[in-house]
Amino acid sequence: MQTIVAYVENKPGVLNRVASLTRRLAINIDSLTVGPTENEEIARMTICAHTDERGAIRLEASLEKLVDVLLAENISDRSMLERDLALIKVAADQQNRPHLMELIKVFRGRVVDVAPESLIVEVSGTVDKIDGLLEVLRPFGVLEMARTGRIAMTRGSDLLRPPAEASARSKEPAPPAK
Amino acid sequence: MKLTGAEILCETLTRLGVRHIFGYPGGAILPVYDALGKSKLHHILVRHEQGATHMADGYARATGGIGVAMATSGPGATNMVTGIATAMLDSSPVVCITGQVSSKLLGSDAFQEVDITGITMPITKYNVVVSKVEDIARIVREAFVIANCGRPGPVLVDITKDAQQASTEFDWDASAPKLPPKRVRNNHNQAEFDRAVELLNTAKRPIILAGRGIMLSGAMRKFEEFVHTSNIPVAMTLLGIGCFPARDPMNLGMMGMHGEAWVNTAIQEADLLLAVGMRFDDRVTGDLRTYARNARKIHIEVDRAEINKNVKVDAAIIGDAGETLATLLPLIHERDHSAWLSHIKELKGDSAVRDIQSLPDSGHLYAAHVINDLWKVTKGGAIVVTDVGQHQMWEAQYYHHDEPRTLITSGGLGTMGFALPAAIGAKFARPDAEVWVVVGDGGFQMTSCELATIVQEKINVKIAIINNGYLGMVRQWQEFFYDKRYVATPLVAPDFVALAKAFGIRGERVTTRKEVVPSIESARSTDAPVLLDFRVEQEDSVYPMVPAGAALHDMIRRPNNPLVETATEP
Repeated sequence: MQTIVAYVENKPGVLNRVASLTRRLAINIDSLTVGPTENEEIARMTICAHTDERGAIRLEASLEKLVDVLLAENISDRSMLERDLALIKVAADQQNRPHLMELIKVFRGRVVDVAPESLIVEVSGTVDKIDGLLEVLRPFGVLEMARTGRIAMTRGSDLLRPPAEASARSKEPAPPAK
Repeated sequence: MKLTGAEILCETLTRLGVRHIFGYPGGAILPVYDALGKSKLHHILVRHEQGATHMADGYARATGGIGVAMATSGPGATNMVTGIATAMLDSSPVVCITGQVSSKLLGSDAFQEVDITGITMPITKYNVVVSKVEDIARIVREAFVIANCGRPGPVLVDITKDAQQASTEFDWDASAPKLPPKRVRNNHNQAEFDRAVELLNTAKRPIILAGRGIMLSGAMRKFEEFVHTSNIPVAMTLLGIGCFPARDPMNLGMMGMHGEAWVNTAIQEADLLLAVGMRFDDRVTGDLRTYARNARKIHIEVDRAEINKNVKVDAAIIGDAGETLATLLPLIHERDHSAWLSHIKELKGDSAVRDIQSLPDSGHLYAAHVINDLWKVTKGGAIVVTDVGQHQMWEAQYYHHDEPRTLITSGGLGTMGFALPAAIGAKFARPDAEVWVVVGDGGFQMTSCELATIVQEKINVKIAIINNGYLGMVRQWQEFFYDKRYVATPLVAPDFVALAKAFGIRGERVTTRKEVVPSIESARSTDAPVLLDFRVEQEDSVYPMVPAGAALHDMIRRPNNPLVETATEP
């Protein structure tokens, strides 16, 4: 699994270009998240893809070729945090609810909604952790689940910021000599 | 000053230095055409929008400037697709402007509405819909920047009809390109750079692989200097032809599927390949597992995504070819490669002696004769625009180009029908130049409607049809790999001379070898367009040939018959 972080222009069609690129390269996306950054004109993507290192290098280079992509970087080998968020609706009645709540607590999940026959758990963390909780909840009956896909950030002073300086490409070509 | 969007578009194009637009009008682009009529821009009415894109492409290839094509929405735009993909694959800076239905109708399946930005997304460097009049000038200026920067490519700007009709204040300074800040990568990886220098200074059997990137970078002089300093022989890609003079003794000729046998053999024996502005296309490498196994590889390339894409290299230098060569040059030692060079000469064997032109006239007319004679009569000074197929390969083998941008051909996409319209574009870009179309009877029939454009615009383009009655290259594959089952390759053509006459163009049929030179001379003696219909040997094949997927040294050589596979020594 490879993790690529990209800063892109926050405008229509950009997601389409990124998705279209992975299709062309026959790279299957495991998860792709997009969200705004502190600069409203720029969005940040985290792309997790099933490919080898060579595929990741190609994806990274091809992504950065797109006009709307300001920066793309494969951070798979760097020290980083990855987080996934899930909402899981589990079947629960009065009898098994206390037991269920105990299990959820072990996984540092939170119960955010309780209904007579079900409850909703919110849990965030690594994919493994969420998969682990899911495994435990499954015997009770998982009625519905929504996951955000992963977001990732490198640790400490390893900063990945959108470029601020305009690059040379903004120069207009000189009109041809008459 | 308040202007309509259409007027702003024309004014912006004019200020960007555009003089010619190749296009075809229609409902959704009519406001622009109305404004065009009041501008100083020269609009060339094509007969099919595919022709418009090829013309813009030919225009760009002939000069290095940006070609502009225009079409209406819907079918006008979709007809451009082949031309856009052709420009994309060969990194040609073309800006296509299409009309689009009014913004309130977008997505409603309105008459002649098509999602052309969706359709062309993978075949453009960038594309964009403009639906606000205020954005037109800035976005068109951005399109020109994008088409031209880094590795060039086509950009499509789709402008809604209401944006063309609406008015706004036109302010050139306020409409400057506002492209987002993109990361400037620290491409100069010192370790890889040093490794490249060391490899270049220690190699015993080096070869330079020269591609179109040298031309796009305008690095021809720098490249020549590099070659003569390093004393490394040069093999050319098809699209690289012209970036280094054919007459230079260090120029070995073309490599690849129909490259010279000695060039391919030398590449397989080399201990170092220096690839400059080329992308290791499958037509150049053959089977990758057996490709240049003894060689270390250095890749100078402006597009990072090309590095290690097909061939894994030992040192990559990402950057403009000219700038990179200039940085490398002072670090390269002048070295004596005479042993290696004389070995390559040995590889040529007797092929240079078995000159096709010195063979007795067997009564047959071979395409190679026609093209070699064309080279001789024009003294190599013409711009030759080819189509795709056998004649294209013979052109590359038998017309020796000494100047850049004198061979214009569709390499990456291999688009039949390219030659005639691209030549029209080239003629507008270089009105001083002698422009020859070299085209097969198949490809010519794909876009022959553009003969009318030639006549309407009164331009002087010479057309040489290499007419063998077959889709020759496909027939050749059927001969070699499908047991001579010629399915769908024999082809009936109209009487091309009569066809030319119907358009008002002088035509002449040539059937024997001795008529070739006089017919070319006669065509050159007039300022008007001339069509020559060369009836050549029907079942001749291009040799040598590396079958698709075979090892580069595994060439099919010409069987023992009067023709030899080699180019004549210039």
